Amino acid sequence: MNVASAPIDLFALETRAWLEANCPEPMRLPLRHEGDVVWGGRNARLDPAQRLWLDRMAERGWTVPDWPIEYGGGGLSPAETKMVRAEMARLGCRSPLNSFGISMLGPALLKYGTEAQKREHLPPIARGEIRWCQGYSEPGAGSDLASLQTSARDDGDHLIVNGQKIWTSYADKADWIFCLVRTSREAKQGGISFVLFNMASPGVTTKPILLISGSSPFCETFFDDVRVLKSNLVGGLNKGWEVAKYLLGHEREMISGMGLGTGGQKSVAAVALEAFGVEPDGRLDDPVLRARIALFEVRAAGFRAMSERFMDEFKAGRAHPAQPSMMKYYGTELNKQRHELMMAAGGSDALAWDSEASHGGAAARAWLRTKGNSIEGGTSEVQLNIIAKRILDLPGA
Amino acid sequence: MPLFLDDAQTMLADTVRPFIAEHAPVRHLRSLRDGNDPTGFSRELWRSFAEMGLPGLAVDEADGGLGLGAVEAGIVLEEVGRNLTPSPFLSTAVGAVAALKGSAPALRERWLPGIAAGEVVAALAVDESPRHRPERTALAAERSGNGFRLTGRKRFVAHGHVADVLIVAARTAGAPGQTEGITLFAMERATPGLAATPERLADASLASRLQFDGVELDADAVIGEVDGGWPVLSRLLGAVRTGASAELLGVAAGAMGLTVDYLKTRRQFGHAIGSFQALQHRAAHLYAELEVARAAVLKAQQLLDANDPEAIRGTHVAKAFTGLAATLAVQEGVQMHGGMGMTDEYDVGLYMKRGRVLAEMFGDADYHADQLARLSGY
Repeated sequence: MNVASAPIDLFALETRAWLEANCPEPMRLPLRHEGDVVWGGRNARLDPAQRLWLDRMAERGWTVPDWPIEYGGGGLSPAETKMVRAEMARLGCRSPLNSFGISMLGPALLKYGTEAQKREHLPPIARGEIRWCQGYSEPGAGSDLASLQTSARDDGDHLIVNGQKIWTSYADKADWIFCLVRTSREAKQGGISFVLFNMASPGVTTKPILLISGSSPFCETFFDDVRVLKSNLVGGLNKGWEVAKYLLGHEREMISGMGLGTGGQKSVAAVALEAFGVEPDGRLDDPVLRARIALFEVRAAGFRAMSERFMDEFKAGRAHPAQPSMMKYYGTELNKQRHELMMAAGGSDALAWDSEASHGGAAARAWLRTKGNSIEGGTSEVQLNIIAKRILDLPGA
Repeated sequence: MPLFLDDAQTMLADTVRPFIAEHAPVRHLRSLRDGNDPTGFSRELWRSFAEMGLPGLAVDEADGGLGLGAVEAGIVLEEVGRNLTPSPFLSTAVGAVAALKGSAPALRERWLPGIAAGEVVAALAVDESPRHRPERTALAAERSGNGFRLTGRKRFVAHGHVADVLIVAARTAGAPGQTEGITLFAMERATPGLAATPERLADASLASRLQFDGVELDADAVIGEVDGGWPVLSRLLGAVRTGASAELLGVAAGAMGLTVDYLKTRRQFGHAIGSFQALQHRAAHLYAELEVARAAVLKAQQLLDANDPEAIRGTHVAKAFTGLAATLAVQEGVQMHGGMGMTDEYDVGLYMKRGRVLAEMFGDADYHADQLARLSGY
């Protein structure tokens, strides 16, 4: 150990000791299914271990370690944040709180929000008290998001919102929404505003959409004369597109994280070994599947390094602004490959749909769910367009 | 430590990149090839590498080097790859240095200052079969008087016919397939009983077949322990696999650079072909693969430099990933160049040939993926 690295090593030791003393045992077990993920919010039902873990981490500001302390964060440097994550991974600690407030709205408010907006909204996100959803896509505005039509009419101190969103993740469970609305028809991107409002407001209704996985994480969301205070505009009237794009970068980074296969999931090889057993030489009893898994693990390990590199470069302000598109593209395609292999590795066990032993068909449902990864947050094809134009500087047709 | 180059490393890259681009661009390779050069690299260029201290980059300062590591060696190798520069850097400044580092003082003094000064070129005699299987080393080293007598064959030894020193993996005990019983030697090439036959490879480089007919070596030629050479060989292989990964990354990046330029300039149907989405998506996918490859390589280099036990996995990942990524880059490169990609006149085909050789060297993607699987218990 050299002198320069001593303080950070000490920090790692303290972090490890604190996590060992404070992370409840059940919170160190692998996630079994989607229901084990803590999203927070007014209607969240947490078991005692989840509650204790969330409160202890929130108390320390470590649900959002790198946010400023005054907004509920831990005030840690990028190096310290990386250390906390590494120590959590070492002990197998579950994330105490996942939310769109943390991964998407928070970073956008930190950059574009007013001081009042930050003080009102960030601490409840950090404590898991308010759950947010994202009102972006519309039936006629998918890949061409900026063509959105949900309108917000000027009414003195208020905007009156009318229209429909679709693919609103967990809209039926969320407390508030960050929403793109059209405040001008003079310009396509320049007529979009970014607003925040309470999902309990009169005029908001949600309707879950049943997916091929048999669950309904997405909703159609309808707005009928919803009144929103103008103080809830982020970035200014007709200036929402810049905020929206910045937030999309964070959304893409979040979705790309699925390609990491961490968060306590079993590895493909572990699933295959359970289902297939080994040959006398101690190797997986299916050489072709073994080779497919091995080549997949090369890609997965490469992407873990890429994710570390991207986060380091991003925090240091060195990442290309369009790099989240590359991360999103690669991570989601990788995750789809992982779950195809998971199905092959599990054999007929992986086909179960609702048995208790299969945790309610967790493998098959997860496999189907991942097919949406390369669609939501901008399709793989949209990401490739962005890379071609903004990074490779290839000409338009 | 963040996973990007620090300031000193960035400065090194900013120095090395224009230096190699100016002194050894692709036409340097062409002139050696077209002149049927018998050496395999330019000694004059190697002297200018030495003037910049590059051969001794990873040699300890006490032995006359700069005391830097795998990240810095990788910076040089990436540019060597990008320019297809024929150079003994990988075998000498990376492989031999990794093997000799930490060896007995007499061996270090015998070879390392000369390497650092650019006066000694090294070659690595590891492979015996067409596929890289170091644990199957069979070349026999029998006790003979005070030393050993070596009998057997090696192949795919880059610079083997001109090197001053050979690092040789031989078997002193056990059977091929066992890691115990392997011993590493550092020997002068000009030793009676050794015959080196150079062969021109697809990429115009020269690799030798070595024939050992009772080559007598003193016991002080042993690197590390007799019968316990596997850890030294592993250190050598970790360094050269990571180094070859960096060179592959340079080859891939060079091929992609040519290709993206071509997409912007070649016009068909009244437009630059790079405006067509079919080609844009392929180029963008290639970009993503190369970005991930770059991260995998830097991760392996940092793990090696930190003496982290995870470096073993990191090295397998880097060599497998860059083998796959560079193969994609050169294939896409030739395809997107159209008919021009098939011509000797255009450089992209030279990248394809160099990429193929490097992808094979010290284990291909299949080999390293399988090693990873074994380490993970499947």
